[in-house]
Amino acid sequence: MRELLPTMERWRAEQKPIVLATVVKLYGSAPLPLGAKMAVSAAGEMAGSVSGGCVEGAVVQEALALLQQGGSKLLTYGITDELATTVGLACGGTIEVWLELWEEAPR
Amino acid sequence: MSLHRQFEDAIRLGRLVALATVLTGPQMGHQLLLWPDGTTAGSLGDPLLETALQARTEEFFAGRKPVRLTQTHPAGPVELFVDVQTPPLRLFIVGAVHTAAALVTYAKVLGFQTIVVDARTAFATPERFGHADQLIARWPAEVLAEQGLDESSCVVTLTHDEKFDNPALAAALRSPALYIGALGSQKTHARRRAALAADGLTDTDLQRIHAPIGLRIGARRPEEIALSIMAEIIAVVNRAEKSPTGS
Repeated sequence: MRELLPTMERWRAEQKPIVLATVVKLYGSAPLPLGAKMAVSAAGEMAGSVSGGCVEGAVVQEALALLQQGGSKLLTYGITDELATTVGLACGGTIEVWLELWEEAPR
Repeated sequence: MSLHRQFEDAIRLGRLVALATVLTGPQMGHQLLLWPDGTTAGSLGDPLLETALQARTEEFFAGRKPVRLTQTHPAGPVELFVDVQTPPLRLFIVGAVHTAAALVTYAKVLGFQTIVVDARTAFATPERFGHADQLIARWPAEVLAEQGLDESSCVVTLTHDEKFDNPALAAALRSPALYIGALGSQKTHARRRAALAADGLTDTDLQRIHAPIGLRIGARRPEEIALSIMAEIIAVVNRAEKSPTGS
């Protein structure tokens, strides 16, 4: 979290709402530890990581959707064998990611 | 101030803090900020849930890492995440030498707070160490004694000069510092051990010193030596996290 703060502070100064994604559960082998974080700005910029690159693209899409709806969401990402194109973790583990509107649009 | 801002400020100030979040059920999204002294801010939206969680405050802060838990509740189990944030590890580098400059770079990337200490003002210049969190141009042993070295402190001596390194090592050995490393050959270290023993430090104390310093990666250039030191520190930190009660 500490390493994300300077970037989040800059987005805030630019009046961009922020969504924060946090790894809240790991099953099996996972690339990053519990509590790993990624912040996403309303402009689609990202800082930090929840999976070392495996599912970040999908999380950004979910984050941008959350900016419209508000609130929070619990997402699960695992290995997918049905569709090779679906996002999954290369290491074969599963992670749960908590997504929340961290900083609302300034009023 | 919002709960999120309070959480961020605490992390920025290097304070121990935790943010608990309800992940499932009717109270989903409710958050409670926890402090080690038992005070809280925010709400989990359910008194039962909140009391159960607060009862475990001490355990969360003792564990020093995030926790996922399932809390029993009359309306069905509730999933919670407690994001425990700890102050950064501190790396004290004695000797504002070339290797120290590279070591600061690596340590910063890894999230350490870096403090460079050297009484020689020709070495300890802001031009060379502008990237360090703190640069202190004073006697290292004095500085280390004042800084309150604790279990999250690491100390590295790099001056090549016994009159700086030895007192600094003595100060580190008299603290619970997590990692203590000293640059120098086997021969230098034997002489150092004798000097420190004469200063009243025991064999058990002296065994805490990592010397020759660093993992053996065949390092020669200062940047490579810094890398081997950093790798050794990370190995010690990770081992300590696995067995928090000690080796």
